[in-house]
Amino acid sequence: MKKVMRAIMVVAVLGFVVFLSVYVGTHNMGVFNPKGVIALAEMNLIVKTTLLMLIVVIPVFIMLAVFSWRYRAGNTNAKYTPDWHSNKILEVIWWTIPIIIIVFIARMTWVSSHELDPFKPIVSNVPPITIQVVALEWKWLFIYPEQNIATVNFVEFPEDTPINFKITGDAPMNSFWIPQLAGQIYAMAGMDTALHVMADGSGEYMGVSSNYSGYGFSGMKFVAKATSREEFDQWIQTVRQSPTALSSEEYEKLAKKSRNNPVAYYASVADGLYDKIIMKYMMPMDTPAPTTMSEMHGMSQ
Amino acid sequence: MFGNLTLSALPHEPITVGAGIFMAVAGVSIISILFYFKRWKWLWTEWLTSLDHKKIGVMYIILALVMLLRGFSDAIMMRLQQVLSVGDAVGYLPPEHYDQIFTAHGVIMIFFVAMPLMFGLINLAVPLQIGARDVAFPFLNSLSLWFTVVGAVLVNLSLVLGEFAATGWLAYPPLSGVLYSPGVGVDYYIWALQIAGAGSLLSGINFFVTILMMRCPGMTLMRMPVFAWTVFASMTLVIISFPILTATLGMLSLDRLLGMHFFTSDFGGNAMMYVNLIWAWGHPEVYILVLPAFGIFSEVVSAFSHKKLFGYTTMIWATIAITFLSFVVWVHHFFTMGAGANVNAFFGIMTMIIAIPTGVKVFNWLFTMFRGRIVFASPMLWTIGFIFTFTIGGMSGVLLAVPGADFQLHNSLFLIAHFHNVIIGGVVFGYFAGLTYWFPKIFGFKLNERLGKAVFWHWIVGFFVAFVPLYILGLMGMTRRLSHIDGSLGWQTLLYVAGIGVVIIGIGVVLQILQLIISIRDRRQNMDTTGDPWDGRTLEWSTSSPPPFYNFAVIPTVHGRHPFWDMKHGVGESADRSAELFLDTRLGRKHIVPHYEDIHMPKNTAMGLYIALSAFLFGFGLVWHIWWLAIAGVAGIVSLVVIRSFDYDTEYVVSKDLITKIEAKTAHRKLQLL
Repeated sequence: MKKVMRAIMVVAVLGFVVFLSVYVGTHNMGVFNPKGVIALAEMNLIVKTTLLMLIVVIPVFIMLAVFSWRYRAGNTNAKYTPDWHSNKILEVIWWTIPIIIIVFIARMTWVSSHELDPFKPIVSNVPPITIQVVALEWKWLFIYPEQNIATVNFVEFPEDTPINFKITGDAPMNSFWIPQLAGQIYAMAGMDTALHVMADGSGEYMGVSSNYSGYGFSGMKFVAKATSREEFDQWIQTVRQSPTALSSEEYEKLAKKSRNNPVAYYASVADGLYDKIIMKYMMPMDTPAPTTMSEMHGMSQ
Repeated sequence: MFGNLTLSALPHEPITVGAGIFMAVAGVSIISILFYFKRWKWLWTEWLTSLDHKKIGVMYIILALVMLLRGFSDAIMMRLQQVLSVGDAVGYLPPEHYDQIFTAHGVIMIFFVAMPLMFGLINLAVPLQIGARDVAFPFLNSLSLWFTVVGAVLVNLSLVLGEFAATGWLAYPPLSGVLYSPGVGVDYYIWALQIAGAGSLLSGINFFVTILMMRCPGMTLMRMPVFAWTVFASMTLVIISFPILTATLGMLSLDRLLGMHFFTSDFGGNAMMYVNLIWAWGHPEVYILVLPAFGIFSEVVSAFSHKKLFGYTTMIWATIAITFLSFVVWVHHFFTMGAGANVNAFFGIMTMIIAIPTGVKVFNWLFTMFRGRIVFASPMLWTIGFIFTFTIGGMSGVLLAVPGADFQLHNSLFLIAHFHNVIIGGVVFGYFAGLTYWFPKIFGFKLNERLGKAVFWHWIVGFFVAFVPLYILGLMGMTRRLSHIDGSLGWQTLLYVAGIGVVIIGIGVVLQILQLIISIRDRRQNMDTTGDPWDGRTLEWSTSSPPPFYNFAVIPTVHGRHPFWDMKHGVGESADRSAELFLDTRLGRKHIVPHYEDIHMPKNTAMGLYIALSAFLFGFGLVWHIWWLAIAGVAGIVSLVVIRSFDYDTEYVVSKDLITKIEAKTAHRKLQLL
């Protein structure tokens, strides 16, 4: 009976592992299927850190299994030292080994934190494109200041080109995340954060808010599409033909709560809209808000 | 008259109505049973008004187990929703309801399952371990319990009267501000946690002082049992961190009630300050929970390997190191906020340094097993399961501590898998081990071992089936708190698997209830007549099971780290008159007449219950803006505290004769302990 149970358990565990491996092999693994320089570096960091930790973890698992088996009460052949409770050499060893490994990981952490700092622009010969991102309830607004267009829940950009996302929110806190391109950063009202990505191939990538922001949170998704430069230019033209413009009034409408918002295009954008969205949280509500960042700085001087 | 409270606050949805009816039926049946068996008086005098730390501990544990069922139902509902709500299907819960459930799940599991379970076990074991007759402040102990109960009542009341917060368990503003959450949900959250938090802080102070001041003669700090040490560290963290929680929630409440702007996005408020503050409490909180679990594992691994704990001194220093470090890592919960690389790297590195003392502990546990005689009783199974599971959780934790990696893992299901990995694998396994380990001490009989082992296997298998898929889903980009899943990504397969895992854990929970019932039914077969069912080393095993209400007829004097072991094995006995005397009293050896003295014990009082009741009125009044009720509540608290502080007649004397009688009763069922 016990043997049968044991066999069933072994088969079940193996089945579980096989199932998971097949699943992992046949699905898009997001973070482990990077399509941009930043995501690739982040994946490598995850893998390297894990391997370093396994240097300690694997011996721990082996010892756990071996000790449990060998020193079971039924095995009276095994050595039994009930009063042995201290060994300076051993203890020094297991303070030292984890310390050495953590020193390595800490060094990696320090270097990678600076290299992968979301605020750090990507160095490239190709001139970057700036895209402003506003998290609303519950959709993503993308403003292209250089092209003077805007989109909702869809962002397109050329491949192999550094993209400078500037990110704020006019909603509870969200987090801007395109797993295959780069790690996330928070989108906060009155704050201006940044994220830099560069896609190394064309394709459509899933983008989400990863920080819960209210009832419509689950639908707060967008598609990030990387294309060739020509396709991107054509797409800009398509957006410019959209009948709606993102005026201040139109923005107020858009900013109202909505769930599972469809993709929308705006042919033009009110001047300095992104700065105004940030600025409105800087001032008491009844005071006329300065319209641009530079005006704000002017006031403080 | 009733503020914002109107009839519309009553539930409308079938699920909440059902839950309300269920709670009402359960309440009515408990009350009827009490009437039927005429147990009211017994309940009142023996339990509700008791200041006995053992009974308070048991009540904490009952609260925790009841709330575990509630929190676990929430988990099942979430899993079900995520399985049913894929693609075009919207599932059976609208986001308005689902979002309350994941908030309640987190709040309940941390504040009303893990915390009361921890304080329950501390109450049961610590005074006995340090050879004390009670805690330093027995009345405060009762007050703490009832504050915690009131917090739990408020959370459950929100189910049938109004709503609970739909903000996530830490209620980040601006979402939790009055602008985005105008309902009563966040107020329930705030006041449930404020009142329960006050209870936790008082308990923290109580046990901190108890451990410092009430140790029996000879028990120096470095002779304390490891559990007492870890509790001491944990209580230090409670004392330092809980005031931060209180202040933070207080400011959030001022924002909501009085229109202030601590954490709003405008008028100079700063929501990021809340996130910093709440984690300045929240990170120590996880160590508050896990350190006592480490202590339990240390006791268990030594007892069931029949061997002294390896590296006691390093164990203590590792604990102290973790205690200190837990206060300098909080930023790792929000690397993605956009602090500079230097800040992120600093907090990341501080975080991974914690892996060093934790790793040392793991090695010490392993080398306690090395050359031991390991008996695989269920507490030991929990311990081995813990070392395996927690090590994996530790690994994913170090990954999350690397800012560059965290950007990809934060807020995803990888994070969810990680903290369930350490909380289930560390805290829950630890507390269940502790519960099985100390159960016979408190109730006088052991829990059913067969079912205990089945419970363990269901929990650990269920855990991996439920949470390995979440690790993978997180890497695929699935975020937490989704009430609806995109159908095109193939996630639902793994969500089904995770659902099966929760079912397996659920069977484990049912088996736990069954274990309790069967163990009570068969208690006579599993009686612990020796007071020492596991061949223990520390003082709690030297009294009878259950111990008399005064714990020790004669306060023991100790001379080492294993006082009871030494007494049993005659180490230093001849040199130790008091140990001999102490053994004589326990074993009823006739040749020496034990020398008893009168004992002062605290009188029972219902004052803690009354004060907590006033706190309930205060909290309820503030939730619904019923101002007169809130004022009445405050007036009640203040006047009751004043009355209590002028009551000088709080103790009574247990006479020598009574002690002799009680000790003689336990002495006749003495076994061959020596």
